[in-house]
Amino acid sequence: MNDENTIVCRCSDVTLKEVRDLIKQGYTTYDEIKRITRIGMGPCQGKTCGQLVLREISAATGKSIKELKLHMNRPPVVGVKLDLIAEEAKKND
Amino acid sequence: MISSAEIVIIGGGISGCSTAYNLAKKGVKNIAVIEKSYITSGSTGRCGAGVRMQWGTEMNCKLAKKSIEFYENANDVLEYDGDVEFKQEGYLLIASTDKEMDQFHENVKIQNKLGIPSKILTLDEAKEIVPYLNTDILTGASYCGKDGFLNPFLTTDAFYRAAKRLGVEFYTYTQVLDIKVENGRVKSVITNKGEISTNIVVNAAGGYSKVISDMVNSELPVYSERHQILVTEPVEAMQAPMVMSFSLNLYCQQTPHGSFMMGRGDNREPRDLRITSSWEFLEQMAKTITEVLPPIGKLRLIRQWAGLYNMTPDKQPIYGKVNEVEGFYLAVGFSGHGFMFGPLTGVIISEMILEEEPTIDASMLNINRFKEGNLILEPSVV
Repeated sequence: MNDENTIVCRCSDVTLKEVRDLIKQGYTTYDEIKRITRIGMGPCQGKTCGQLVLREISAATGKSIKELKLHMNRPPVVGVKLDLIAEEAKKND
Repeated sequence: MISSAEIVIIGGGISGCSTAYNLAKKGVKNIAVIEKSYITSGSTGRCGAGVRMQWGTEMNCKLAKKSIEFYENANDVLEYDGDVEFKQEGYLLIASTDKEMDQFHENVKIQNKLGIPSKILTLDEAKEIVPYLNTDILTGASYCGKDGFLNPFLTTDAFYRAAKRLGVEFYTYTQVLDIKVENGRVKSVITNKGEISTNIVVNAAGGYSKVISDMVNSELPVYSERHQILVTEPVEAMQAPMVMSFSLNLYCQQTPHGSFMMGRGDNREPRDLRITSSWEFLEQMAKTITEVLPPIGKLRLIRQWAGLYNMTPDKQPIYGKVNEVEGFYLAVGFSGHGFMFGPLTGVIISEMILEEEPTIDASMLNINRFKEGNLILEPSVV
């Protein structure tokens, strides 16, 4: 498998090579890798890439995936149009 | 962990990293930066990523102008492999009352005097810059094309890497538990990973600045307050400047990546260290944005988050020594604009510690101004 042609993050086109290079440079948590590469910041919010990144960190550091953390869960669960939220909110005014 | 350091900096945000970089560049050896989580985990990484020179006090204008001049060359100066994503496509400040327009006229006068290229715009002129702006609810605008956007994570990473190359030791995921003081002097910093003896400590702890000052029994007149932001899915470029309003309580900018980031404050927020998300923010933000910038309402939000503003009574930072303890320096109280002042914070604090001739005389931002009543209130903060 070619690291450079393997996409880990489909929202922001981050490759496996980029992730592995950062881990080598000492960015060994999901939160750190996220902030440099945008992994987990796209529409999937880490649902696709999260486990893949944790697996890479685990393989490189020897820590079990159980010990590693994903980013904090934040709303919403899926994307929602802002005007729909505004419309609903106005009903409570 | 090293057992002693010349200088210990508490906080791995833009202020701490920039201070470490400036000190190391001036030849100080043996600097340690302690960060309780990861670099940019606090206010820096949670900020709105905007940088502007349109301020209402001379001091904030000067700090912002110098910082933006630095950011224009940051990739080169810091020899960064990546890109800090500096985009200078302006800040459009919109007013919704006549009184607010009067304030804008005052501000622009101060800004122009200091060489900041801001100007007052009519509503028609504002619409030329952002065609879908709902001017029905507005009275006017001011604009500065040199304001803009900057990636907080990568900018701080650039300072962090440059400082590291100069020999600065960074301890992430390391929490400061206490600071020892002996005979009125800083003696050592105790962390959960060991103790570092030092004569100089810099408090650059952002939202946690008061927690750190309390460790040396130094009174700090600040409080922290949650501010929230949301981000949409990325779309094609459609809005050049940041649109910001103090009276409508809103800022909204499209990032170079294509997503829109928007935020607002809430003066009913409790003064504590919570950074949870609230549905009230989401509802208010959605209502405001669909009224002011209607097409943005058609975009999907994908995440909301929160961070802390470390507020001072006059909404300007506190730089320098404290009265109670020798060797303890403050780079705190940025009141929501610590990221944009980051480069200058490092310059100012390093000059104060090394007793050098100041690049900008920021001595009026000392802690005693609150006791002495020398507050100059910044009127332009969201």
